[in-house]
Formats: sequence, C-alpha cells, structure tokens
Amino acid sequence: MKRYQAQFALLAALLISFAVSQFSGRMNDYYLDIVLTAGISVILAVSLNLVNGHTGQFSLGHAGFMAVGAYGAAIVSIELGPQLQRIFGSGEAGVGISFFIALLIGGICAALCGWIVGVPSLRLRGDYLAIVTLGFNEIIRVILQNTKPDGVFGGALGLGGIPATTSIFWAFGAAAVCIYVVSSMINSTWGRGFLAVRDDEIAAGSMGINTTRYKVTAFVVGAFFAGVGGGLYAHQKGAINPEGFNFLKSVDVVVMVILGGMGSTVGVILAAIVLTVLNEYLRDFEQYRMIIFSLLLIIMMIARPQGLLPATLFQKKGRAA
Amino acid sequence: MSEGLHLENVTIQFGGLKAVSDLSFHVQPGGIFGLIGPNGAGKTTVFNMITGVYTPTAGKITFNGIPLPGHQPHQITPLGIARTFQNIRLFPSLSVFDNVRTAMRMHLTGGMGQALLRGRTWRESEATVETDVMDLLEIFDLGKARCEMATSLPYGDQRRLEIVRALATRPKLLLLDEPAAGMNPTEKEVLMRLIQFIRDKFDIAIMLVEHDMKVVMGICRRIVVLEYGVKIAEGTPAEIQADPKVIAAYLGTEGEKG
Ligand SMILES: Nc1ncnc2c1ncn2[C@@H]1O[C@H](COP(=O)(O)OP(=O)(O)O)[C@@H](O)[C@H]1O
Ligand SMILES: [Mg+2]
Repeated sequence: MKRYQAQFALLAALLISFAVSQFSGRMNDYYLDIVLTAGISVILAVSLNLVNGHTGQFSLGHAGFMAVGAYGAAIVSIELGPQLQRIFGSGEAGVGISFFIALLIGGICAALCGWIVGVPSLRLRGDYLAIVTLGFNEIIRVILQNTKPDGVFGGALGLGGIPATTSIFWAFGAAAVCIYVVSSMINSTWGRGFLAVRDDEIAAGSMGINTTRYKVTAFVVGAFFAGVGGGLYAHQKGAINPEGFNFLKSVDVVVMVILGGMGSTVGVILAAIVLTVLNEYLRDFEQYRMIIFSLLLIIMMIARPQGLLPATLFQKKGRAA
Repeated sequence: MSEGLHLENVTIQFGGLKAVSDLSFHVQPGGIFGLIGPNGAGKTTVFNMITGVYTPTAGKITFNGIPLPGHQPHQITPLGIARTFQNIRLFPSLSVFDNVRTAMRMHLTGGMGQALLRGRTWRESEATVETDVMDLLEIFDLGKARCEMATSLPYGDQRRLEIVRALATRPKLLLLDEPAAGMNPTEKEVLMRLIQFIRDKFDIAIMLVEHDMKVVMGICRRIVVLEYGVKIAEGTPAEIQADPKVIAAYLGTEGEKG
C-alpha cells in the first residue's frame, strides 16, 4: 500500500511510541527525563524549521509560543482537570483524553498568538519578524512575571502541581504528528509554495502564490506545535515559571534548526536530539554553553552553511511525492 | 474594445523621476507585441505595473476589461498574465520539475487540508499536476533535466525554464523581459522560433521587451518605442524602422551593428 505510505509511517510511529512507553517504568528517571526532553525538542525544532527553514523567515520567539502553550495547557489541567475527568473518567483513557484536550488548547492559544503577531509583521519583508518575535518572547515573559502570585498564572514563581502526564507516548507521538504535518505540507504541490516563498518572493508572487498567506500559515502552524511542545514540557516538569521561556530558550531552538540545516527535516530532528543530550553533558558548564554554541554556529556558517546533512537526503527528487 | 491589455495615460513617478509618462497602448489577444527602447527607458517598469509589482501614479490599466492597479501580483496571475524576469528569477533550491510545479499550484482545488489528509482527490490532482508538468517540460526539451537543480542548468536552458514556468500558470498574455539577453546569434535564432511556436501552440498574446533588433523586427506584429518613459513611436516593424525619431533615439547606434 504505497499510496498511504505517509499515514502508515505516522501510525507506526504512534504505535511504537505507545509500546515503548509501556516499558518506561523500568527506565531510570534521569534518563527518562532526557528522552522526553529530546522528544519535545524535536517538536520545537521541526516546527520552527517550517518557518525559518522551509519558508525562509527568521523567527526568534519560539519560546514565547512555547510559554503560551505551557501555561494554557497547565491551567486547563489544574483548573479544569477534575471537571474533565468527571466527564471522561479518571482511568487511563480519561486522563489521556483530558491531557489531549489540554495540549490542544495550549496549541490553539499559541497559534492564535502566532496569528496576531504574524499577520502584521509578515507583510513586511526583511528582518522585522526577528525583532517582532524577539519582542513578543520578552513581552510574554514579562507579563507572566507580573501576574499576581496567587492568581491562575502564579506570577514570577510560576505554576506548580501540574500533573506529570507527559510520557514517551505523548512526547514522541506528538513529535510524530508534528513531523507528519510539516512533511506532508512541504511534500505537496500546494506546499512547494513555502519553498518558493523562501527562494524568491517576487517570483513566487508572479506564479500566483499569495506569499503573505503562506508565511502566516507557516508561522501559525509553527506556533501551534511550539504551544503543544510547551504543554508537554509543563506536564513533564510538573512546574513552570516565566524564566524557563526566556530568549535563550528560543536561541536553543534556532541553533537546532541551523545545525540541522535549514529546511532538512531529518537533519533538524538529529540536531534536536544531539543538542538535547549535549545540553545535559554541558550542564556543569552552564556558563560556557552559549560560548560553545556560538562557536559551533560560526564554524557551521563558514564550513557548512547548508547544515550537517544535505536538504535532499531521504527526500524524493523530481517527481511528485 | 476591452479585449486584451489596455494602458491609458499611465504614469509612474519614483520620487522626482517620472519613469513612465502618459503611456497608452493596446495589446490584442494573440500575436507578438514588442516594447523597445534604450536602457532605462522604463520597459521593465511597464511590466512591473502590469503585474502589480508597482502601482501607477496615474492612468488606467485593464486586462479583458478588468482594472489591474490595486491588485497584488498573485491576484493578477489568475487573470491570465504571466511573466519572466530580466534577471532570471528561478527558485534556486527547487528542481526543474518543482520550479514548474509551484506554478501549477493555482489550478489545484485543495490546499493544506488535502495535503495533510493525502486522500484520493489529493492523489489524483497531484498525478494530474505531474503529468501536466512533464508534458510541458517535454515540449520544451527539458524533460530529461527534471531532477536537476534549476540554477545548475546552462544559461539558455534557465531562460527557457523560466518561460515554461510562466506558461504553467496558463496565461493568456505572456510578458518576456529581454529573453535573448546574453545569448549568441544561434541561440537567438532558436529563441525566435520558440516564441513563435509558443504563440501558435498555446494561442496566447506575447509582449516582448528586447534589445536585439533582429529578434524584435523578425517576430513582432506591432512595436511601441519608449525613450525616457515617453512613447516616441508605435507601428509595424517596417514603420518603426523608417521612423526618423526612432532612428535618432535608438536604431542610430544599434542599427549600425546589426
Ligand atoms: N523602484 C524604483 N525606484 C526608483 N527608480 C526606479 C525604480 N524602478 C525603476 N526605476 C527607474 O526607472 C527608470 C526605468 O527603469 P527600467 O524600467 O528598469 O528601464 P528598462 O527596463 O527600460 O531598462 C530607471 O531610471 C530606473 O532607475
Ligand atoms: Mg529592463
């Protein structure tokens, strides 16, 4: 059944995540945490790659959208959790459905923010988007920090007591869905428009491509998955605070996309995993981490500006997918 | 009367510079129409106003009765106008096949939803697109190069590919901006025959900006001559060649060579 190849791959990935998830109880908590972080990083990197890699825009605010999704999902779980479980039951399935709803709401909130930020700034060409998204990232953080400590957002201390529902199934299942969505978008005649917009906006416009709409679409889908990633992160750690979604977090994701080779999905997935693991090892050298990453980036830009892997690897050339 | 492309008293000003002033002409459906003039005369600017890249400061542009100014470039393409660029603008990271495929996007019914579901309708329309792209590429002898990166093609093939990509939008009017630039006489000869072939095969009007007098005089039915943004002559190739104003402005220098 070659026709449904993509759908089967997604289904297989979901089933494998589910199966592996059943054994996660035997895993050392420390390693499990790294594995979950890797899954979430893949979501963040692949979704940012849609914007920065495939569509050629430069967003620097992924952590801002992650924050919106994290707070959105966490608040749904904390405030509405009991009601949701009364509707869907408190068994494994009921908890799963409630979590799914929380993640979806987190993603939708982030997508909405993406739309509000994207529509005015994506009409403009050039580097405005980088500045606007960077600003958005900081504004979200500052707003959250200045909320009432005893309110729903928890102020500078953030939120605690979020149920730790994120498992291998949820992290990697969501990553599989994210990869499926982004690849399916790109690997279609409609989706080739994203690459055309990146390559040459004027030529794309004269081919009948609505460049602004493509950019906004990429941006909103990217923000949605950043929100889902944030929701997963919140339910992995059990506690979140505004500082966890600062500008440096956005830079981390940008580094993954650049090292993975803007536009190469496989490369970006690998970069997300490698950098997550590397981050763990560099934990003791926190203050040098940014220096090492900056050096890595500079070396990359000089030696292999197209990323570690070629964009065409594993990608069918020529004929339609 | 409203058939085809009409420009009426079109003016565009960039700061203090009137790049085009009070320009009027009419391009009928079918046939090859030439727009010539020295460098900086405003020819590319005329194309940019027709395709929505620039908005004229004054005047009217209509295509089959529809006023064009105020529309974005991507809204003008579906009305049946396509173009190539003076400096080739292919999509460098896309293959030859995909360069043409992006131009087919307009004829799809589904967008993101269908691409995500990848159901039967989607597969069928993708298959149709693939056949259409390959047919076009084969007609222009680019079928074998479909997997190459567009910008790795030889220069002449890139020019041809840009024309193919424009044709994939199924235009009724094709604007070619200096398609013979950088070509040797043999290549120009081939290009002339190609342009005539396109007119006959696709039954469309072609508007040609070109410096090479042999090409222009050889294939155009009517010609408009611009100098400093002002129309100084309009007529058949014979009339243009005999026009003293044109000879003074343009042919005087070019004519001796050619
Ligand atoms: N965007 C612009 N801003 C300012 N001046 C422009 C712009 N586009 C074109 N011009 C000017 O308009 C004139 C005509 O240019 P152009 O249409 O490219 O000439 P041609 O194609 O006939 O060689 C030139 O003097 C050029 O500098
Ligand atoms: Mg020009």
